[in-house]
Amino acid sequence: MKFSKLILLIFCTFILSNSYAQQNNLENKITKNLRCLVCQGQSIYDSDTDFAISVKLLVKKKLDEGLNEKQIYSYLKDRYGEWILFDPLFSKKTYFLWLLPIFMFVIGGMIIFKLFIIRKN
Amino acid sequence: MKIRFFPIILTLIFIIIFLLFYGGLKKSNIYVPTFNINKKIPNFKAKLFEKAEELNSSEIFKDDQIYLMNIWASWCVPCRDEHVFLDELSKEESLNLVGINYKDDFKRASFFLKELGNPYDIILLDVDGIIAIEWGAYGVPESYLIKNKMIIKKIIGPLNKNLVNEIKKKIQ
Repeated sequence: MKFSKLILLIFCTFILSNSYAQQNNLENKITKNLRCLVCQGQSIYDSDTDFAISVKLLVKKKLDEGLNEKQIYSYLKDRYGEWILFDPLFSKKTYFLWLLPIFMFVIGGMIIFKLFIIRKN
Repeated sequence: MKIRFFPIILTLIFIIIFLLFYGGLKKSNIYVPTFNINKKIPNFKAKLFEKAEELNSSEIFKDDQIYLMNIWASWCVPCRDEHVFLDELSKEESLNLVGINYKDDFKRASFFLKELGNPYDIILLDVDGIIAIEWGAYGVPESYLIKNKMIIKKIIGPLNKNLVNEIKKKIQ
């Protein structure tokens, strides 16, 4: 009987620590994608300003309330603008930003194709 | 004569990129969040500074009233400088001053108010800084002018003579 209780205790500890770690990972992922507005250029995760500490607390609170990653981003975006996100969202304003590298890649590919493959033939 | 397009296009692209980056050099890289005027005030719950009582934002901010909500702390040096202007604004009858004590020690905050006077009609506590985030603030001091539960002006940094005059004009 004692043995089975011990096994149960160990099992529960593992399950709980695992779920705690999962939330911690998500918390870290979110705070790494948020920019600190006080020491600009640093992420909320790296920063130790009062603002960053509060945002870390807020992210934890919102996750506990059941909000998902996207909802937390949009909550902060409403208050501080899109600049608070390191990864800008795909929207009218950011088409150029997201599509330019692909466009340059295609143009580069075409130049290589024209210079080396067509000429060889 | 055969025109060679490729070098011309490449030079043009180079010039455009150069101009873009050169223009970027002169731009300020300090970001201040853009603020939409006439934004509704957020819903939040906060404890009172002197009583162990919790209030909802709807109990604090009423329709047809004008409020100046000021985020302050005893450790914040610019808050000391702007205190004179808050005193001046507290004399305006149509304006209610709401203070949010941001991440402060109760004893020090009480001493700060004893030393400089208390211009606020009501003071709320923000121990972990989450209420300030609710308002979109990221430092102290910050002030918000509120009319009909809408934010009509946001001031980042301490108040000054010009801002006080502007607020007085807006509340008349």
